[in-house]
Parts: sequence; structure tokens; C-alpha cells
Amino acid sequence: MITVKNLQKAFGKLEILKGIDLTIQKGEVIVVIGPSGSGKSTFLRCLNLPEQPTGGEITFEGQSITDRKHDINATREKMGMVFQQFNLFPHKTVLQNITLAPVKVKKQSPAEADKIAMDLLRTVGLEDKKDAYPSQLSGGQKQRTAIARALAMQPHVMLFDEPTSALDPEMVGEVLEVMKKLAEQGMTMVIVTHEMGFAREVGDRILFMDGGFIVEQGTPSEVFGSPKHARTKDFLSKVL
Amino acid sequence: MNLLNMAYEYRGFFLTGLQYTLLLAVIGVICGFVLGIVVALLRMSSFRVLRWIAAAWVEFLRGTPMLVQLFIIHYGLPSIGLEFTAIQSGAITLTINSSAYLAEIFRAGIQGVDRGQTEASRSLGMTQAMTMRYIVLPQALKNVLPAIGNEFITIIKESSIVGMIGAMDLLFQARTITTITYDGLTPLLVIALMYFILTFTLSKVLGRLERRWSASDYR
Repeated sequence: MITVKNLQKAFGKLEILKGIDLTIQKGEVIVVIGPSGSGKSTFLRCLNLPEQPTGGEITFEGQSITDRKHDINATREKMGMVFQQFNLFPHKTVLQNITLAPVKVKKQSPAEADKIAMDLLRTVGLEDKKDAYPSQLSGGQKQRTAIARALAMQPHVMLFDEPTSALDPEMVGEVLEVMKKLAEQGMTMVIVTHEMGFAREVGDRILFMDGGFIVEQGTPSEVFGSPKHARTKDFLSKVL
Repeated sequence: MNLLNMAYEYRGFFLTGLQYTLLLAVIGVICGFVLGIVVALLRMSSFRVLRWIAAAWVEFLRGTPMLVQLFIIHYGLPSIGLEFTAIQSGAITLTINSSAYLAEIFRAGIQGVDRGQTEASRSLGMTQAMTMRYIVLPQALKNVLPAIGNEFITIIKESSIVGMIGAMDLLFQARTITTITYDGLTPLLVIALMYFILTFTLSKVLGRLERRWSASDYR
């Protein structure tokens, strides 16, 4: 579904990604772990291009999206993104946050968009908050709204950039629960996270990144159970 | 002469002046607002030439006296074949002058909106134009509303310079009344009060708008 070839990203002279190769299958849940500064978030952000890669190629559903001629908006419609800082639109209600893009981009009728949005709000357990503004929500509720907002575009893949890192500990669970449900429904997901328990439970494949490379990858039991690489062992011994 | 008697006796003059002042201020505010947004967007354009033109526009209009700008338009442009009535010249000057100040206010507002807002909007497949219109501008305008209000009040007050080229605004009327009555003070006090009522009302209205717009900030 997504193929990444020799992906590189540098900010000026600072090289963040030094050549990433990866193939993501439809329905796969990939969890990216690694120390701060290892390039995990940058990697994720290169996938739907808020960051422009400086080298390499990304193919999504058979089309090269790093090609300059490619219409990136069309691809972004199919890739949902969830941010660490939620990035809800503060001047819009929960319902408006979710329906804006489907109405403007997918040209859904407002009634249709509202109906889909309400279904999604039920899924994430927030139907009673539809008229609230983001500032009236807790962190966990904000992130669940953000997930519903991304899902409203009916994406083929969901990207999560440390979705629980900005949350109070007691709210982490409710967000992970929603993500787990999504994974069980067969959504293709790429998740950058520090929640090792969650990674182990939900991930089909774990990527360990360090220094701009994928150092090691495998099933959760392989990576967590018997890590091969010294840096993986070192990292896991600190976080587990 | 008593202030109220004066205001009543010469009400025709004052009301005519008020009409012109209001007309100029409204045109200056609305056209300056629209043009200001355009200039602000050009200043952040990805084309260097457009950025440069917009920057030059802002710097020139902020760096020269408005009275000089008014004279250039009213007395200078006719020599290259462009002639305007006093009201037209006044409206043009107020518009371009306020567009420069408002453009800087808008630019600050737009740049003050968190980058994550743009990223989230673009990640949903919305185009740059949609993102600007539905996500960034509404938040930017809300954040700079107090500064915009100041600029509106400035426009109302500065519109008084159009009397210099013979437009019959409030200040022009006050001076006319002085030549009739030989009263150099009262007419000016009357129009000062009228200006104050205009600006004070506007600042109250904007204050209410600000509170209403901040409803979404309620915690």
C-alpha cells in the first residue's frame, strides 16, 4: 500500500532521516518506537508531506507522491493524521471540526456529513459533546475528536504522531482504546508512540528507529522478546 | 455662543459634514480592510516579486505623511491625466493608507496562528486557499480585533484631513461656521464632540464583538 525507498530528510545541514526503506501492507498496524530525536516523527510527517523529503521516493497506492507533479491534496484526503498537540480548530465546535473537510473537500451535503460525524462521535464516545468548543474538552476528549475528524474523510491509512504524549496519564487509556478498536476493524495504521504496552498489544510490526535509520524491525515478540541489536536492547532496558 | 444652540442652529452644516465624514470613514474602513488582506497575503506569497511589491507598498505608505499622499493624489495625479473629486481623492487616500497599516496587523495575526492548525487542515486534504479562508483567517482576525479597532478609529479621525482639499467633511463645516459667526471655538467643540461620539460608539461595538467572538475560548 505504501512503499518508502531510501527516504531522506535534512533540515539545512542537520540530517534527520538517512535512508528509510519500508513497505506497508494494507491492514497492517505498524508501531514506530525509538529514542527522542531518532527521526520517528519526521518519518511519519514525511508520509503525508507536512515535511518535504529531501531525497528518496514514497509510493502510495501505486502513485509516487514525492513526484512534484503529483496532487498532494488528493493523497492527503486518503491519509488521516492525528497530531500530538491535537490541532483541533478552536473556533469551531466538535461537530464542525469533523464536518468541515468532508463538506468542503469531498463535497458531501451538510446533512450527510453531520450524520457520518455523529456516527463517528458515537464510536469515540463523544456524541454528547458535539456542540462543545475544543477549549471545553479534556485532553483525551480532544484527541478522540481529532481521531473522529481524521476518520470522517474515510482515509485508507491513519498516521498517529505520538497521540498520547500530551495527555494526562489518566486519559491515555481512553485514546488507546479508540485506536485499538480501529486496528481491530482492519484500518491500516502507522503509529509513533512511547506506549510500549500498547505497541506490544496492537502492533503487527514494530520498527525501532535510531539516528535516522530503522535499526531493527519485527513482530512485537521478536523486538520486545529477543531484540537483536545492541541499541534496541539498550533502549528497551530504559523504557520497560 | 452656547454649544447646544450652535449645534442646533447650524445643524444643516454639521449634518452635511457628518455625512461626508461617515462616508469617507466607511469607505476607508471597508476598502482598506479588503485591500489590507490582499496586501498581507501578497507579503507572505511564495513569489518574491509579489512579496517585494507588497513590502514596498507598506513601507511607502507608512513612511510618508498622509497629507502628502492626499496632495499627490488630488493635486499631483491630474498632471498625468488622472483627476478626482475631493471626496474621491479622500476615499482613495484613506483606503490605501489604512490598507498598509491593516496589512501589517493582518500579517502579524496570520503568523500568530499556530502552524499545527495549517498542518491539520492540509492533512485533511484542504487546499491552501481553503485553509486560509476557513481556518487561519478567522482565528487571525479574532486575535487582532483590538488592533483593527484602533486602526478603524484612526481612520475616522484622520479623515479630517480631506478638508484641506475642499471636501465638506466635519472639520470643513466647522471652519465655514467660524467664518459666518466669528466664533473660533464653539464649532470646533461641537465637531470634537461628534468625532468622539463616533469613535467611542465604535470602540464599544468592537468591544462587544470581541467578547462574542471569544465565546469559543470559554473554559
